[in-house]
Amino acid sequence: MNRTQADRGRDVVVQAVGLRKAYGRGRERLPVLDGVDLTLHRGEVLALLGPNGAGKTTTVRILSTLVAPDAGRATVAGFDLVRDAARVRERISLTGQQVAIDLKQTGRENLWMMARLAHLPRRAARARADELLEAFDLTAAAGRQVGTYSGGMRRRLDLAAGLVTRPEVMFLDEPTTGLDPRSRQAMWEVVRDVVAQGTSLFLTTQYLEEADQLADRVALIDGGRVAAEGAPAELKRRVGQVRLELELATTDDAGRVAAALGVPVPEGGADARTVRVATDGTLAGVRELLAGVERTGVAPRRWDLRTPTLDDVFLTLTGHAARTEPRPGTGEPTRHTEEVAA
Amino acid sequence: MTALAIDAVTLAGRGLRLVRRDVDSMITAAVLPVVILLMFTYVFGGALDVGTSYVTYATPGIILLTAGFGAAGTAMAVEQDMSGGMIDRLRSMPVAAGTVLVGHVVASLVKNLLTTAVVFGVAAAIGFRPTAGPLEWLGAVGVLLLFVHAITWSAVLVGVLVRSPDAASGFTFFVMFLPYVSSAFVPVATMPSWMRGFAEHQPVTPVIETVRGLLVGGTPGAPQGDALADGALLAVVWCVGLAVLFAGAATWAFARRR
Ligand SMILES: Nc1ncnc2c1ncn2[C@@H]1O[C@H](COP(=O)(O)OP(=O)(O)OP(=O)(O)O)[C@@H](O)[C@H]1O
Ligand SMILES: [Mg+2]
Repeated sequence: MNRTQADRGRDVVVQAVGLRKAYGRGRERLPVLDGVDLTLHRGEVLALLGPNGAGKTTTVRILSTLVAPDAGRATVAGFDLVRDAARVRERISLTGQQVAIDLKQTGRENLWMMARLAHLPRRAARARADELLEAFDLTAAAGRQVGTYSGGMRRRLDLAAGLVTRPEVMFLDEPTTGLDPRSRQAMWEVVRDVVAQGTSLFLTTQYLEEADQLADRVALIDGGRVAAEGAPAELKRRVGQVRLELELATTDDAGRVAAALGVPVPEGGADARTVRVATDGTLAGVRELLAGVERTGVAPRRWDLRTPTLDDVFLTLTGHAARTEPRPGTGEPTRHTEEVAA
Repeated sequence: MTALAIDAVTLAGRGLRLVRRDVDSMITAAVLPVVILLMFTYVFGGALDVGTSYVTYATPGIILLTAGFGAAGTAMAVEQDMSGGMIDRLRSMPVAAGTVLVGHVVASLVKNLLTTAVVFGVAAAIGFRPTAGPLEWLGAVGVLLLFVHAITWSAVLVGVLVRSPDAASGFTFFVMFLPYVSSAFVPVATMPSWMRGFAEHQPVTPVIETVRGLLVGGTPGAPQGDALADGALLAVVWCVGLAVLFAGAATWAFARRR
């Protein structure tokens, strides 16, 4: 049949070239994707990283056959997205940003229904549902309506519903947004298991840490294009590891501290009294920097140790800040704030 | 079974489970019509002269109201599917996603059979005495199902088009209104002439008169013989025509809304 393009590219399971998509018409027209190129290799995890409204969901919806791109081409699991949509659908699973399970059905009923819709025979569908309930630690709650589940349980069930058949490519749109750190960890474990069983994963996230934990490669989407792509370690190297931030009482103080630490004097504006300097993240390294500050005789008002946030990644790799609407728990710095006695 | 049949059966099963567990809408669909039936019979019925006992005259109309209430639940269920993530997931699977609408319609038909039985039971308890034989009963139930089917597809269309649960529930209001401007509760002859024109020619009137004719033939407002046959034909044509129209529009809108 039609496995031409992807076969030649050996182990490529998703190949998108020049995807474009705009919503609205006339003056309302809003270009969302402006030539997105992406490649996902077999067995790999690719994280699409970007702030709210960057076009992550739009990309996933195109690649999972929900909407057609305005321009560009893509093959998924070896088949053309537009011409062979039916074959693509047999080989993928989508777990969207919105949970796609019925609150008024029980966990078991939801999974059984999905298994039947994936055309498993009755008995096999029942067995698969039970297997997934077990694997996702939901057996005890299997007979309860999903409306009584916690957010984390719903997310797990939602993910399980996408796995009734073992998909070649799994699309996960922000799988852990809104979960607490423990549920997030648990989710990552589950996702790693799925990948270990041979499914290739296309993931979107707003969390740098999530990309770091799960992904083999990260693509940063900005302005409708992939602005940077690479292994998480590589991107982080480009962004810098941990930074020391010092808030001084005056701009003069800031200038003196910056000079002592050998970093550019902060420019005007709201941030003019804050000095930022990269560290290697070790105790010795931080101590040395603080000692340098002490030698200037200036007492900082506050100091923070920050790991790079999505904002930092954007600032460094795209040259402008991510226009992220603040969301609870999004890219918060790890704070070690202490008031330094004046 | 073919894949399509499996999808349809699976999604109809889903629709039925959702309907059964939606306690609010079940209560609205079964209890409200009973309350209205009691009100009409005991509060207004005494003052309304329809030439027969009021419960005999009004029961067929109440049954149609029941269908309207049931349809509101369907509109809301479809709206919920459209705004939630379920439709997206189905569309990413090798499933004819439109069968999810068929699932809601099947569920609505079953639900209405149940709620209608409840209303019939209460009506019988307070003096509704059908004179119908088995064939007439079959005919009446058939016409009612066709009516419910048409109303349900209009509800599905509303559910696909609207963007909020409130808008979907607002649909009840409109559907509830139709039977009032028909021969459901008072003879059309008692209405002002401009309204009579609408009441005589809207689809609810032939449906009600056919059901009356079949169940309590010979009472006022219940046609017999050729008049009944003509009315029944008109009722069937209306119901089938509207169902085709609404189902077509709903399917079309469903395919386009992304
Ligand atoms: N159906 C639609 N009609 C109109 N505009 C849309 C539609 N879908 C998305 N958009 C717009 O496209 C832009 C990108 O949306 P998208 O959902 O892809 O972003 P995202 O990266 O997934 O963001 P988030 O992190 O908030 O989920 C947004 O400005 C959004 O308003
Ligand atoms: Mg999104």
